[in-house]
Amino acid sequence: MRFLLVEDNKDLAQSVGDRLRLDGHAVDWAETLGDASDCLGAASYDLILLDISLPDGDGRRFLGDQRRIGRDTPVIVMTARSEVSDRVSVLDLGADDYVTKPFDFAELEARCRAVLRRKGVALQTVQHFAGMTFNPLTATLTVDGQMRELRNRELRLLEILMAAPERIFSKGQICDRLFSYAESVSDNAIEVYVGRLRKKMEGSGARIETVRGVGYRLTTE
Amino acid sequence: MKRTAVSLQLRLVFQLLAIAALLAVVLYLTVRTVADQAAEATQDGVLGAATLAISERLQGGDDGVSVDLPYEAFSILGSISADRVFYRIDAGAATLTGYDDLPLPEVADIALRPVFYTRDYRGAEVRIAAVSRTVLVARRPVAVTVLVAQTRQGKEAIAQGVAQRAAALGLGFFALAALLSLLAAKSSLRPINRLAEAVERRGPQDLRFVDHPTPVELRPLISALNGFIARLRAGLSRTETFIAEAAHHIRTPLAVVRARAEIAMRQSPSEEAREEIRALIRAVEESSRTAGQLLAHATVVNRSDQLIEEPVDLTRLMRDLVATFQPTAELRDIALRLDLPEGEVTVRGDRPLLEAALRNLLDNAVKYSPEETLIEFQLTCADGHAEVIVADRGRGLSGQGQAQLAKRFVRGTNAGDVIGSGLGLTIVDEVATAHGGTFTLADREGGGTCARLSLPLS
Repeated sequence: MRFLLVEDNKDLAQSVGDRLRLDGHAVDWAETLGDASDCLGAASYDLILLDISLPDGDGRRFLGDQRRIGRDTPVIVMTARSEVSDRVSVLDLGADDYVTKPFDFAELEARCRAVLRRKGVALQTVQHFAGMTFNPLTATLTVDGQMRELRNRELRLLEILMAAPERIFSKGQICDRLFSYAESVSDNAIEVYVGRLRKKMEGSGARIETVRGVGYRLTTE
Repeated sequence: MKRTAVSLQLRLVFQLLAIAALLAVVLYLTVRTVADQAAEATQDGVLGAATLAISERLQGGDDGVSVDLPYEAFSILGSISADRVFYRIDAGAATLTGYDDLPLPEVADIALRPVFYTRDYRGAEVRIAAVSRTVLVARRPVAVTVLVAQTRQGKEAIAQGVAQRAAALGLGFFALAALLSLLAAKSSLRPINRLAEAVERRGPQDLRFVDHPTPVELRPLISALNGFIARLRAGLSRTETFIAEAAHHIRTPLAVVRARAEIAMRQSPSEEAREEIRALIRAVEESSRTAGQLLAHATVVNRSDQLIEEPVDLTRLMRDLVATFQPTAELRDIALRLDLPEGEVTVRGDRPLLEAALRNLLDNAVKYSPEETLIEFQLTCADGHAEVIVADRGRGLSGQGQAQLAKRFVRGTNAGDVIGSGLGLTIVDEVATAHGGTFTLADREGGGTCARLSLPLS
């Protein structure tokens, strides 16, 4: 996905940008609303991550302006302010969703996906591997022309593995990305999801290989 | 010790009454004095006339002074009242006729004008008129003094009558003045009352300046009041800004820490380091969550005190919330099932507060539910109440009472390692109370918790 990150705090912008790039997204950073307007004029984005208080104005006003001139790029507002009263006004102004800093990136990604799905955006993110077609936005895996729905954790597991086929991911690494930090899970919990995913991949040329004592990798038959 | 100032109206009325009383007394005294003087002048006139009439009848002869007493003079005197009349005529040193003990004037003035004086005589007060004339007796001048006296009962009676009337007049004047002063006090204080009513009628959120037509005298009060309102406004907005700023300043660095920690964890090859970073992220999560809930709690308390009541459609609110929670629930493959009645269900209340309450219930349900379970989010209406039900298949209440769980910073003993602040249910409980509703928590048959928030329908 291609993000436009509108955030005036340099440290935060940098770390959020780095973190999103780690998941394979492209991120452009705009420090001010003026920069953001320039970026939007020059390129097209899948999503805008918008901070509220910016040096040259209020992000909410910018949001209203964008909607008025007919730009409907999905916007997720990032705010650090009190949740109770702000949320309503932001959503009323045309934001598609809202996250409170500090945010869980897995949750942010899930929200982005939900927003894009809701907007019916066609993303060029369909991935092909060894006879299977994976669409993360619709959460489907197509094998032999047969479409199979993936549950969220299966989807994310496949996403992790597909980002680097043949690379071995440790159980711990997978756990970190599959489960939220708010819950503690034993490493063995992923075996369930690996098993299910294997079932859904049946018939394709791809398989998930268990590398004893190390972890898992996606490989071809 | 608290001193209450006397009512302005009472003070004004009392002062006006005091003035009226003083004026009434002055009126009474004046009328009395004038009447007294008039009565005396009348008596003096009659007495003087009688004295002069007698003195004119004096005739000097060779053998002395003779007088032919004119009875009409006495009849004038007698006609006025039943007062007794005395007379004395002295020629030289001897009394010619009449009462020889009738007191003589202090200065015998030979003049045709009578002198008047008052004396006590035979047990009564008498008014005496005296006139002296010179009569020729055997060609020699002899001073003859004519005294006519009259008791003063008639005059007193007149004065008494006048005094009574004057007193009645004074009282009447006082009563009229009292009535008028009451009306005057009321009408001049009316602008103050109107101002007080205008301020009283205001809602708790209404911090507009007082812009009420008021008399000049009240301008200082109004400008002081407006100054106070301005300071209050500034104070409130400072507090709100401060809360928002504080949140911003706490959360932004936490967001940096969290993002950096996630990056470090992803890139770290060592299991030990990953464990450490995981603990770090949990701590960040916990503190940001607590900060958020503390702010939410402060906002709830603040807004509950001055509850804004507007119609809130619960079906729309619940639909929005489900859309918000769907991605979070999906992350753990938890399904949210929304079950709404047909049409709108409107309650009166503060939308952000109701949202905060339902958000906390859903948040708890998602947090404590095992993955791949169902959370039911249901709205029913019965008996003038709307009831929002959040039912999960989570850990239940573990035998702890709802009263215990709704306490601040108290968390369930079975919360385990799920991150939380212990404020969520406190917030729900406070919002329910502020809206005149009830909040109940119960274990659910087959496992899990069922939370019910009941609110009166508008």
